[in-house]
Amino acid sequence: MDYLTITDIADGLRRRLFSAEEVTRGHLSRIAERDADLGCYLHVMADDALATAKRVDAAIARGEDLEPLAGVPLAVKDVILVAGHPATAGSKMLERYQATYDATAVVKLKAQDAVLLGKTNCDEFAMGSSNENSAYKPVRNPWDHGRVPGGSSGGSAAAVAADLCVAALGSDTGGSIRQPAGFCGVVGLKPTYGSVSRSGLIAMASSFDVIGPFARTVADARTMFEAIRGRDPRDATSSDRSTLNSQLSTLNSLKVGIPKEYFASGIDPDVERAVREAIRVIEGLGCSVREVSLPHTTYGLAVYYVLMPSEVSANLARFDGMRYGASLAREEPNAPLQRAYHETRAHGFGPEPRRRIMLGTYALSKGYADQYYKRALAVRQRIKHDFETAFREVDVLVTPTSPTPAWPFGAMGDDPLSMYLADVFTVSANVAGIPGLSLPCGLVERETISPPRSEGEREGVQSLTPRLPVGLQLMGRWFDEESLFTLGEAYEQATTWHKEHPPR
Amino acid sequence: MVLTRDEVLHLAKLCRIDLQPEEVEKFALQLSSILEYVGKLREVDVDVAQEAVANITGLENVLREDEPHGCTPEERERIVAQFPMRQGDLLKTRGVFSE
Repeated sequence: MDYLTITDIADGLRRRLFSAEEVTRGHLSRIAERDADLGCYLHVMADDALATAKRVDAAIARGEDLEPLAGVPLAVKDVILVAGHPATAGSKMLERYQATYDATAVVKLKAQDAVLLGKTNCDEFAMGSSNENSAYKPVRNPWDHGRVPGGSSGGSAAAVAADLCVAALGSDTGGSIRQPAGFCGVVGLKPTYGSVSRSGLIAMASSFDVIGPFARTVADARTMFEAIRGRDPRDATSSDRSTLNSQLSTLNSLKVGIPKEYFASGIDPDVERAVREAIRVIEGLGCSVREVSLPHTTYGLAVYYVLMPSEVSANLARFDGMRYGASLAREEPNAPLQRAYHETRAHGFGPEPRRRIMLGTYALSKGYADQYYKRALAVRQRIKHDFETAFREVDVLVTPTSPTPAWPFGAMGDDPLSMYLADVFTVSANVAGIPGLSLPCGLVERETISPPRSEGEREGVQSLTPRLPVGLQLMGRWFDEESLFTLGEAYEQATTWHKEHPPR
Repeated sequence: MVLTRDEVLHLAKLCRIDLQPEEVEKFALQLSSILEYVGKLREVDVDVAQEAVANITGLENVLREDEPHGCTPEERERIVAQFPMRQGDLLKTRGVFSE
């Protein structure tokens, strides 16, 4: 009963090989055994999970038809609201906050009687690429406990990789689903902007944020996406346009583009080797492969790090200690208003949110808005146009998900910019709004880093099974997730990377 | 350095966030280095006035009827329970003006 997929569970429940309660209990035990080491979950919802599982078993006993996700144990990133349960966004600002309503994506999962196991750890307010910015605890990469799982959805990615859930929800603003999926050896989908409602997602950058699934197979990712997608009256940017049927009849008609700017320099040689091998496999499937150009690729990160903090500065203004969350008023009800604002926000927000709020405030301020914010808006349209041009020649773009595999804790030091540069291959999809899928395409050998056992002890280096996953990124046209699924599934059938699991 | 200590202090005030004295220098350095990096956008030959468009979805004027939708009693209870200061069911805050 290890590493069950959604398909396995659906099949097993219908054939009465096991009960939903057994599957849920199995996952809850594994969480109890392993999560102290990994740190994936901030909050486990055992009672609700078992209640849902029992409801599913009762429906099975009555001979009722089941939805695809019925009885399937899932995890939800802690920036997505599940009513009545904590939603911390990985921050002390929301340490005691209880979600007052369900995110629309969660409503849709509950409608299928999916089992929600708990809320997963993430970088604070989804800001980070390693989960080291969580105000609570780090998440350890299940493949090597001395290394990061990626971020900001590190908890969800690691939980899927370590069999602490079957699939999970994350959010992706600059790569926060795809990059940790790559680092943890699982499938991660960033859907087209607007294809999944953002209602109930704690907002980071409203023109970039997308909720999306983690899973262990492309088929499971598709099932999750189909469950959560759709237009929502609560989200004016949402849309029903994601097509379920691919426009491609066969793989022979699929044209794949390799953007040359993504292979220029700075990629780890082992990562490049794995990705080039994956491209050979794709060619072997009958797809035509050609080089294309996305000339403004080099500006993607700069556009992102102007526009995203600008939107963050507006979205995080609501955390002022007045209505919910951390508040100076709780200790000092008579503190003057300005001091309440200043101190609440100073104590509630860690360094990364404060950095980005200040950056965004600067980029939007009088005298600077033209040269930073508006200029970035203009270059954003250029990047979007680059993709429009490329998609006239090809259907899917193939790139590495990240330039390197997972790095050791602390490797990025105190320099935020080096962390930002890790997202170089993922940000452009958010800038343009197109979908991106990361799937495992290899394992590279590295030294295993053991985490420090006690303060002052130097990190040790061992050499047990040192293998780190490499992610392959597929990007497609707006609302054409189906082409990504089609190519992804064909690649899976021709390879076995998705069957590899981290050591126990 | 793009940002001086004083500019960072002013920025923190605009953001309504207190900074510890030892943080000011560090943030000045880090923010300056990020601003220098994003400054590369100056290389792109764009007509900012013409090309700066906020919309990426192509959607326009997504409207709905101006009808109030309330929340459920459970939602309301959860919301009120989290007010840091309250008077009955009313949210209470400090006044904007001091005496």
